[in-house]
Amino acid sequence: MLKIENLHAQVEDKDILKGINLEVKAGEVHAIMGPNGAGKSTLSSVIAGNETYEMTSGSIELEGVDISELAPEERAHAGVFLSFQYPVEIPGVTVTNFIKTAINESRKAKGLEEMPAKDMLKKIREKSELLEIDRKFLSRSLNEGFSGGEKKRNEIFQMAMLEPKLAILDETDSGLDIDALRIVANGVNKLKSKDNAVVVITHYQRLLEYIVPDYVHVLHNGKIVKTGDASLALELEEKGYDWIKEEANS
Amino acid sequence: MELREKILSSYVAFEDSVNINSDLHEIRTKALQNFEKLGFPTKKLEAWKYTSLNSILKEDYSIFPDRDSSVELADVKKYFIHEIDSYKIVFVDGKYSSFLSSTTHDGKDVCLLSAAFSKDKYRPVIEKYFNKVAKQDNLTSLNTAFASEGAFIHIPKNVEVEKPIQIINFNTGKENAAMLQPRNLIIVEKNAHVQIIERHQNLNSNAVLTNAVTEIFTDTHATVDYYKIQNDNENASLVDNTYIEQQKESTCSVHTFSFGGNITRNNLNFYQKGEHINSILKGITIIEGKQHVDHHTLVNHIEPNCESHQDYKGIYADRSTGVFNGKVIVEKEAQKTNAYQQNNNILISDKATINAKPQLEIFADDVKCSHGCTIGQLDDQALFYMQQRGIPKKEANALLMYAFANTVLESVKIPEVKKRITKLIANKLGVNIGFEL
Repeated sequence: MLKIENLHAQVEDKDILKGINLEVKAGEVHAIMGPNGAGKSTLSSVIAGNETYEMTSGSIELEGVDISELAPEERAHAGVFLSFQYPVEIPGVTVTNFIKTAINESRKAKGLEEMPAKDMLKKIREKSELLEIDRKFLSRSLNEGFSGGEKKRNEIFQMAMLEPKLAILDETDSGLDIDALRIVANGVNKLKSKDNAVVVITHYQRLLEYIVPDYVHVLHNGKIVKTGDASLALELEEKGYDWIKEEANS
Repeated sequence: MELREKILSSYVAFEDSVNINSDLHEIRTKALQNFEKLGFPTKKLEAWKYTSLNSILKEDYSIFPDRDSSVELADVKKYFIHEIDSYKIVFVDGKYSSFLSSTTHDGKDVCLLSAAFSKDKYRPVIEKYFNKVAKQDNLTSLNTAFASEGAFIHIPKNVEVEKPIQIINFNTGKENAAMLQPRNLIIVEKNAHVQIIERHQNLNSNAVLTNAVTEIFTDTHATVDYYKIQNDNENASLVDNTYIEQQKESTCSVHTFSFGGNITRNNLNFYQKGEHINSILKGITIIEGKQHVDHHTLVNHIEPNCESHQDYKGIYADRSTGVFNGKVIVEKEAQKTNAYQQNNNILISDKATINAKPQLEIFADDVKCSHGCTIGQLDDQALFYMQQRGIPKKEANALLMYAFANTVLESVKIPEVKKRITKLIANKLGVNIGFEL
């Protein structure tokens, strides 16, 4: 599904990613953990095509196709979804209208007709039920005045609507109370299939109790310094990141 | 001949067309003298520092446009908010078009200023209100000197006008270039309510310079909602001078949508003559090319316990230039004033310019006055967010600009006007988004 080789990226001439190698297969869940400043959010931004970051070498392939030269919307059309740590507020544009536009732009790019209104409504109903989203919420302006939890739930709702091949959840657990966390995690678990893949980026182990990863990678100083299974997350929770740093530096 | 000389020498000919033995004409003659003394504004005047009329004053305007032109409804229908039932006061080249208009005298007067000038029964009203709140500056004086036609709206007390009134000025441009001086007088008595939509439209590629004056009187507890749609072609310039006098407990809102034209100057002046008055001034400006839009607002808080709310949003592309000069005066007596002013601008191009100047003069000591002014670019992170959801850059940009302007749109009370403005914004931004913005 996703294959990253020797990825280097910088922002304002400062190297942030210094040779990332990562392969995520369909049906898998990968967690990327690491201390603050390790480059976790940069990695997700670079995969999604944020032009603030300059990719200086390496490759990013999605289903065997190099997407590293594509615009962010083209990567989205190819099936990349990034759940934002800080979703943006857009006054005057309702959640429903925003998601309709997103879906139809994606269909347009694939040469498909717009989704018929009745199918769209049906899908919105299904997915909002799945994520226990109040219907009233859908006619509110996107993210405007939403609580932290509502914003994150709205991100996962959009993910459910867009049905990406690769979903990257960037610090989705931050700002969530335990109930919201459970709802969001359940949503992700229900959307998981053998045909898609999920990359969870998190600082803490908490979310991984609900979304159980097949692999856990530890990112430090722009490189993946350790890879293990779900038990690695528990070990990090217990011991912190210092031993990883020491190991990496020695 | 210079335009000023041409105007002065045309006055004799103008006098042939009006009743010169009247108090009204005395006002006109005095105004002409005032204009003669002051001339056109130049950049040397503080209030005109960033707006030069030089380029448009060079045109050889006809002062009395051909008055025999007519237009077909089919050709101009799109300039009306035609989706709703409304009263219409329509002028073609400065002359009233009964064919395109729909006026009334049924329980209220929605008609012509020329009719109000000529009929005895209107004399007391004209005497009481005409030229009473208008400032005697150069361009207003010029308009007053030639004041003969425009909309006359008089809403008696307790009348809620059941449908909006549209005032539309068309210029057919059959002459080489035309100068128009429309004059509107609007009186809304106690507890009455009216909604007005105003538009100027050039139908030709010849130049037109419109120097409009509108006086609005809102009596106790009256409500006026006024919408100015400025989306003219690149040969049309407009100086809009609007003066509003409010009595106690009245509410008046003016929304100005400036989307096109050559040079557009809005002089919007509010005078609060009682307590518990609310004045609302809002605007969206979206321009490109070499267009220029200047908003000069004045809110004069004279009495205690009043409010004013200003919110102007501007988006400037290419080499376009904008001015926002928002003056708020809080006089010594005007304690407990709550004056709010917000002006946010986005420059899309490196070559675009905005001159923004909040100007607060506060002489009372127990007031709440806030102002904020920003000039910036679109938020890259927000753009990336929308692109990440599959929305192409151009559409994402448009959505962001729409969101930026939305605080102004929100307060538009006529849904069809809101719809039209959103459509104009979408056209302006060159996008066709899958839902009605």
